[in-house]
Amino acid sequence: MTFADAGHHGLPRLLAGLEPGGGAMSLAAHTRVHGPLPQVPAHQLIEEVERSGLRGRGGADFPTARKLRAVAERRRVGAVIVNGSETEPASAKDRLLLSRLPHLVLDGAVLAAGAVGARQVIVKVGSNAVDSVRVLEGAIAARERAPVSIAVVTGPEGYVAGEESAVVHYLNGGPELPTFVPPRPFERGYRGRPTLIQNPETLAQLALVARFGSHWYRELGTVADPGSALVTITGAVRAPGVYELAFGTAMSDLLAAAGGPSEPLQALLVGGYFGTWMEASRATSLRLAREDLRSVGCTLGSGVLIALGESACGLHESARVIAYLADQSAGQCGPCAYGLRAIADSVGALAGGVAHPRERDRVLRWTSEVRGRGACHHPDGAVRFVESALAVFDDDIDTHRRGRCRARPAGLPLGGPAVPGGRLR
Amino acid sequence: MSPRLRINPIACEAHGLCAELLPELIRLDDWGYPILDESEVPPDLLGLARRAVDACPTLALLLDEDRH
Repeated sequence: MTFADAGHHGLPRLLAGLEPGGGAMSLAAHTRVHGPLPQVPAHQLIEEVERSGLRGRGGADFPTARKLRAVAERRRVGAVIVNGSETEPASAKDRLLLSRLPHLVLDGAVLAAGAVGARQVIVKVGSNAVDSVRVLEGAIAARERAPVSIAVVTGPEGYVAGEESAVVHYLNGGPELPTFVPPRPFERGYRGRPTLIQNPETLAQLALVARFGSHWYRELGTVADPGSALVTITGAVRAPGVYELAFGTAMSDLLAAAGGPSEPLQALLVGGYFGTWMEASRATSLRLAREDLRSVGCTLGSGVLIALGESACGLHESARVIAYLADQSAGQCGPCAYGLRAIADSVGALAGGVAHPRERDRVLRWTSEVRGRGACHHPDGAVRFVESALAVFDDDIDTHRRGRCRARPAGLPLGGPAVPGGRLR
Repeated sequence: MSPRLRINPIACEAHGLCAELLPELIRLDDWGYPILDESEVPPDLLGLARRAVDACPTLALLLDEDRH
């Protein structure tokens, strides 16, 4: 199979042709930048995606080709769902893609639908994403009658509402709550049919792989982590925003891309609120690559990097975040509902300097007990976050007990977008 | 292959009967929800495990014969 000679080598790829501060890219401009929607036979597309090494960008990091194949192998496939919920408060990349580059995402969704045999594409976004809905509806109207129908559905906001079984549950007319799996969506999803559910960035990347092939895709990145990624970089940096960077880029270069630190940094939160705190000195030598991150017990999650300056208090910020995550529990599973609440209260007491001397040990017992005991992975991500906070900000616990913390609030985003409107820099 | 215990955490309401009936493999957390030993159920405990599964008032406890 031959592919179009790639129009653009190097970066940007997904964000090619996008003007800072501009509006949504029209279909004509999109076609000018990337070329027309290619016709690729189903099995060839899945093989090419497999060769590209593309993995899901919603946080679970699952190989996209395997997910495509799992649905394609089934009969009477239902829909492709574009999961644009983006309920990670610090992430802004999906909103950026949906509100500025709708055709790239829709190309990917239509191509994926062809690959798995789906006749319908549903783009699910949070009900606050008014811009994305307007842009998507305009984009759908501008496209020629697609071989598949495309619809936009808004749904409730909330951290677990974006979890894939919760999205399917909601689209099936239920509440936006995770369900007990199996069956997983690829087995029984939308309207009971096998369903492919993908993050918008994954589909946007797929749209480029379908055009330019896996060789082109692998021109950037590392062998294990090929390609580029959208990273939302926020916190104590001069130019917070969404950036497209190659895998393998050093964390220090990621920070430099966002204008560099706005003050000396003490820690980085890698992977968003389901992610892991790392001491800044240790983190900046790492590369944006799974192997590097895994070596320190961390994942990229949905591509969020938050810098914490020296003037802030990691313990206070972590207490706020875990309180938020406890509030965001769907409340369906006891270990998550009660466990996260108790953990949040204890971390709050540690931050407030009023905790029992052995409170830290108790929190760590709870985090190990709660892990893996929810229907979805909400509690798992939350306890990973807390464990890393207690490791990295361990010294602060003592400082707080002595009442000597004078830090200013860093104002980590909770419940609202970190980078309003998915600002592109 | 011997089956493993599994729980539907959404259905579980912390009645705690399972931990009473099968303390060898099930203990309760601080809120009364079961923490399972998820390795294969030893053959000599299979009968007791089945009894615990049958006793669960919300049918949340499962013996998984075929999944991992």
